[in-house]
This record gives sequence, C-alpha cells and structure tokens, in this order.
Amino acid sequence: MLELFSQVNYTSVLLGGAAIGLSSVLLFVFNGRIAGICGMAFSLMATSLQRNIWRILFLGSMIVGSLLFHYLSGFEYPPAPDTSLPLLIFGGLLVGYGTSLGNGCTSGHGIAGIARLSPRSIVATLTFMGAAIITLYVVKHLLGGTI
Amino acid sequence: MPFAIQHLIAVSAGLLFGAGLAASDMNNPERVQGFLDLFGNWDPSLMFVMVGALLLALPIYQWVLKTRKTPLLAKRFYLPLSTKIDRNLIIGAILFGAGWALVGYCPGPAIAALGYGYTDVLIFVIAMMVGAKFHQLSSKKDQ
Repeated sequence: MLELFSQVNYTSVLLGGAAIGLSSVLLFVFNGRIAGICGMAFSLMATSLQRNIWRILFLGSMIVGSLLFHYLSGFEYPPAPDTSLPLLIFGGLLVGYGTSLGNGCTSGHGIAGIARLSPRSIVATLTFMGAAIITLYVVKHLLGGTI
Repeated sequence: MPFAIQHLIAVSAGLLFGAGLAASDMNNPERVQGFLDLFGNWDPSLMFVMVGALLLALPIYQWVLKTRKTPLLAKRFYLPLSTKIDRNLIIGAILFGAGWALVGYCPGPAIAALGYGYTDVLIFVIAMMVGAKFHQLSSKKDQ
C-alpha cells in the first residue's frame, strides 16, 4: 500500500492543485463566476458571443497556460489517450451528455462546488468518481480491456 | 472599465488553471485512469491535486460567502439555480463517470490538451460538445 504513495510527485500535484484552486477562487471572488469548465464550454453553444467573451478568454488562456508550463519547465507533453476511435467518440458523447445533464464536472462540482460545501456537488462528485472507478474495474479487470 | 478588469481576471484564472493541470500531470489520460484503477495499480496523484486545490479554495470560499454579499467586480455571485439532488444530477454524474473512465479525460484536461495538437483529443472534444448539444436540444423540448 505504501509503495502506491511513493509514485506520487507531491510537489507537482500539490502545487498544481493549488494553482487550480487559486484559479477557482479568483474567478469566484472577483467575477462571481464558478470555474466549471464544462459549463463554460457548453455555454458557448447556448448563449450570445457578447456573454461568452470571458468564457472564451478563460478557455483559451487555459490551453495557453498548459503549453506555457511545458515550455518553461521542460516537462514533456503527456501522451494522447490510448483509446480506439469508437470508444473515444462514445466516451466523449458520454462525458458531454452526462456533464450537461448533471450540471457540472470535476472542476465545477469537484472543486468549486465542494469549496462552497454544496450538498448537490458533494453527491455529484462522489457519484461520478464511484461510477468511473466501477467502469474502469469492469472494462479493465472483468472484460480484460486495454484501458 | 470593471468589465476589462473582469476579462483580465478570466485570463489570469485560465492561465493558472491550465498551468496547474499540466504541472500536476492531469492532462495525461493514463495518470487519471491510474487514479480510477482503485482495484489495480492505484495511483493516488489525482486525490492530492484535489487536496491541494481544496486546501486553498475551501477556506477562502467559505470566508467570502460569510463576509460578502457580492463579488469584488460583479453585481452578484452567479450560483447554480438548482439546489436539489435529483435524478438528472445522479444519472448525469454516472454517465460522465463512465465516459471519464473509458478515455481518461474530463472536460478541463480535454480542452487544455487541445494545445498539444493530437487529433484524438480534437475528436474527443467534438464528441463531447455533440453530447452536450444533444442534451441542450432534448431539455429544450421538455420545457
């Protein structure tokens, strides 16, 4: 059990996590907005350009922020997902439909929602984590899939 | 003018979010699937990313919600309208969790990873937007 914890790079994950937490705080304290990535992305298809400017700025900066980190730190890019095309599309459809129906994902429910101590977000986070752990177990260990 | 500052906040927050995802290796689907593989070779990294984020965010959110009626630059806090734990929340979370496990991306890392230039990421993000559009169209019909 202890070896499992030795594969964690604590400096990277705690500081990276703190940067994500600070991002969520900035957006909430200054702009009164929830840093939920799926909510922002899906609003692009549901409301006017004028109302979406801040969302486009956030999402664009998020892509640049990741690239900038790799450029400055020399960390290599992570690999692309190792998933077959049909599963990649099916997974994307599930993530999009599910987070739209459930009104949030890891950032909106998992960070901003839990930081607000919203019971709805705590239940959502436990549910999607549980569902993901069970799905991975079934596909990888029961069906012998390659994920 | 406060609008321009709000935009500057959105850019800063976006940069921090993207840098945080890359630094903690959360843009790596294998790393995320390693966390979800609780009954295999479990990789606890993602848990510590959440801990790092919440150690900072939770006390500040609570303090701000207790001491302020409005955010610093906007008229109000834009909080989710629904506070009910209903069927849609649970079914949505289950479907999301299943898709997350299959590929290893949730929406944030998938969009951040667009910058790496992989076709697979683009396909995933398009499928994700199509999935959300399905839901937007079907929920409009209900009303």
